[in-house]
Amino acid sequence: MLVRYRGGEGMLAWAFHRISGIAIFAFVVLHVVDIFLVGVAPGVYDTLLSFYATPIGILMEWLLGAAVLYHALNGLRIVVMDFWPRLSRYHRGLWRLDWILFILIGIPVTIVIGRQFFRALGWIPA
Amino acid sequence: MSVQRSVSSGRVKPSSGGFELAVWYLMRLSGLALFVLVLSHYLILHVLYDPAEQDASWIATLRWSSTFWRVYDWSMLMLVLLHGFMGMRIVVSDYLGGSGRRFALTALSILGIALFLMGTFVVITLPNVVPKA
Repeated sequence: MLVRYRGGEGMLAWAFHRISGIAIFAFVVLHVVDIFLVGVAPGVYDTLLSFYATPIGILMEWLLGAAVLYHALNGLRIVVMDFWPRLSRYHRGLWRLDWILFILIGIPVTIVIGRQFFRALGWIPA
Repeated sequence: MSVQRSVSSGRVKPSSGGFELAVWYLMRLSGLALFVLVLSHYLILHVLYDPAEQDASWIATLRWSSTFWRVYDWSMLMLVLLHGFMGMRIVVSDYLGGSGRRFALTALSILGIALFLMGTFVVITLPNVVPKA
């Protein structure tokens, strides 16, 4: 069902966009509920926050960041090509540019969140 | 049209105009705004600051002691709900038909309204606690 394309970058870009979009939507539902709890049940929010701060929570936070970054960069590529169709002829270059930016932004973010992860595991001092 | 679709991997611009065309533009414009708002949000709260420190009192005394950040977060919420709801509407319509689609779209609408109310309620009513010196 997910794969309706003829293959190539366009299909992969579309499939990743859809998967990351659904994942982000699911997190947004959770995130609005947890911020709502800050107002009505701060103790419950703090309990949930202590799960977010576990190694599994931090891993999910990192994956969320990757999904958001991909969705943002690929979305920008879609906007560029839809608003300036003449740039579509460079679609392979834009697709590569997306991944270069993804890696360049992803590395420093991974280092910072990686530190949080190893602190939570107790491998490096808090 | 089919050429553009396979190349851009975005939805084909509806040629019918009207509501679907408005949604097509709104999706892209809200996406551009969210590009800035959401990436800044993640950068500030997950990279520059450690989320482990962001408990309920941190939000009440620091983050939301500023009207700017309340307005920022509420604007982001409205755009996320609009963009996310329109996106999920497309996903649901691609995979479900008939009564399944109607049920899923109704559930999505109720969820969207509930999240709108919950988010708006907390951003307005959370007491503005002045941090102790």
